[in-house]
Amino acid sequence: MATPAAIAEQVQARFGPAVLASVLQGQLPHLVIEAGRLQEVCAFLKDSPELKLDFLSAVAGVDLGGELQAVYLLYSYAHHHSFALKVNAPRENPTIPTVSGIWPAANWHERETFDLMGIRFSGHPDLRRILLPEDWLGHPLRKDYKYPESYDGITLRRDEEDWPDPGPEALSK
Amino acid sequence: MSPLQTDIWTLNMGPQHPSTHGVIRFVLKTDGEIIAEADPDVGFLHRGLEKIAELVPYPAFMPYTDRLDYLAAINMNWAWALSVERLAGIEVPPRAEYLRVITAELNRIASHLISIGSLASDMGAFTPFVHAIRDRERINDLFEELCGARLTFNYVRIGGVGQDAPAGWCERVRGFLDYYEPMIDVFNQLISDNKIFVERLRQVAPVSAEMAKAYGLVGPNLRGSGVKFDLRKDEPYGIYPQLEFEVPVGRGYRDGVLGSCFDRYMVRIEELRQCVKIIRQCLDRIPEGEIQVKVPKALRPPKGEVYCRTEAPRGEVGFYVISNGEKTPARVKIRTGSWSAMSIIRELAQGWMIADLVAIIGSLDVIAPEVDR
Repeated sequence: MATPAAIAEQVQARFGPAVLASVLQGQLPHLVIEAGRLQEVCAFLKDSPELKLDFLSAVAGVDLGGELQAVYLLYSYAHHHSFALKVNAPRENPTIPTVSGIWPAANWHERETFDLMGIRFSGHPDLRRILLPEDWLGHPLRKDYKYPESYDGITLRRDEEDWPDPGPEALSK
Repeated sequence: MSPLQTDIWTLNMGPQHPSTHGVIRFVLKTDGEIIAEADPDVGFLHRGLEKIAELVPYPAFMPYTDRLDYLAAINMNWAWALSVERLAGIEVPPRAEYLRVITAELNRIASHLISIGSLASDMGAFTPFVHAIRDRERINDLFEELCGARLTFNYVRIGGVGQDAPAGWCERVRGFLDYYEPMIDVFNQLISDNKIFVERLRQVAPVSAEMAKAYGLVGPNLRGSGVKFDLRKDEPYGIYPQLEFEVPVGRGYRDGVLGSCFDRYMVRIEELRQCVKIIRQCLDRIPEGEIQVKVPKALRPPKGEVYCRTEAPRGEVGFYVISNGEKTPARVKIRTGSWSAMSIIRELAQGWMIADLVAIIGSLDVIAPEVDR
């Protein structure tokens, strides 16, 4: 079992400039990695005998406002330690290399992140929408997402007179 | 005469199909009866729960977690409560911890009963399903008495549980366990030793330990491949460290292949016994006292993020929650066991027959609302 600090140190020693930030406090110790070198770092984390982070729990897309971010949550069955990586991508044309060749589990997680957050994973074998219909417009988990008025001729608006929208404040009353 | 030729056919299975366990569609490419490719098409039950989570206050998201996996609502409630408690640093009173384990393990029995019963019914044996449902009804009666609901319980609260056990409830749970424990053997006699059932599963679609880890299989599906890993043991939460129980793993039951459909099935059967064992220990030790700590009505966890995972009946359910110090979370990502189980089917189903695909889906215990969220 390696502490998050020890894992971060190993990555930093090997990939120095590719590590953009290191956050070891808090409940989710992680490194922020340069998008271009993500695949090398991930392959190292998975194959290095001392780290062996062989389980990709999830890939989560996060909208930071200015940028989009993909978060990789990792765990090692051999050593019982966990770690996380983050990669930022610009809002306009966000592209991150795929890690589905390293962890096959990433295939569906990346498809979901593409579908709901709109991050493109370059080199992905089958990048298409997974939860929403293929002709859906926009990516709903982005903070600036506008709810559509209708889809395929079906109205998505509620009848305001019969069912006035109570707004989010009503829920906290 | 020209030589015999076969073509690849495209066949649609679902979304309304009795064996797909919810609204899931498969696009099959078949060569006769043999599957060349099975492409799962999911999303029919997508309700945007992750988006909803960003719009409602932390406690108000609890009823939505019921709908994540409605067969194991309490496990989902607990996963959400635990994530927020870790984020906000809330301690839970001991009695609530015990009630959480009792209800979560009862819910695990109920969920596994549906899983093994419906697998048997998919394989053409209807009676075991009726037996499973009959026993599950008793659990539902206990839950109804506890919290008023029979499916979407909304029982766990951030910082405790919603209702205390009514007078005599713990004794009635014990009565249920006394009734139910021998029923596992009856169920085994009924179906687990049935030659037709065993032959249909014991060599079908084995998943190696490497493949299971690579695709992120969790829970009974991972343990069916022989990996001894259970979050209740390996990353314990609640009062699990104080409880004694075994972690059953697949071992090629009935001379089958390790990690086959039958191993995944048997792991669930063995887990039922462990659930009974865990609940008995809790009933012996449950203390009196508070069931809820004081939590601010408008809960604002401090700025931070957490990835909290717990062991639900379908394996690891993880909540990745980011707080900006507001009343509502900035982002909630939900990782579920069925999602990874679904993603492995494309590779796993290749080369097996259409009838085996039904066994694969059933043995992986995929449930659609958990896939689609």
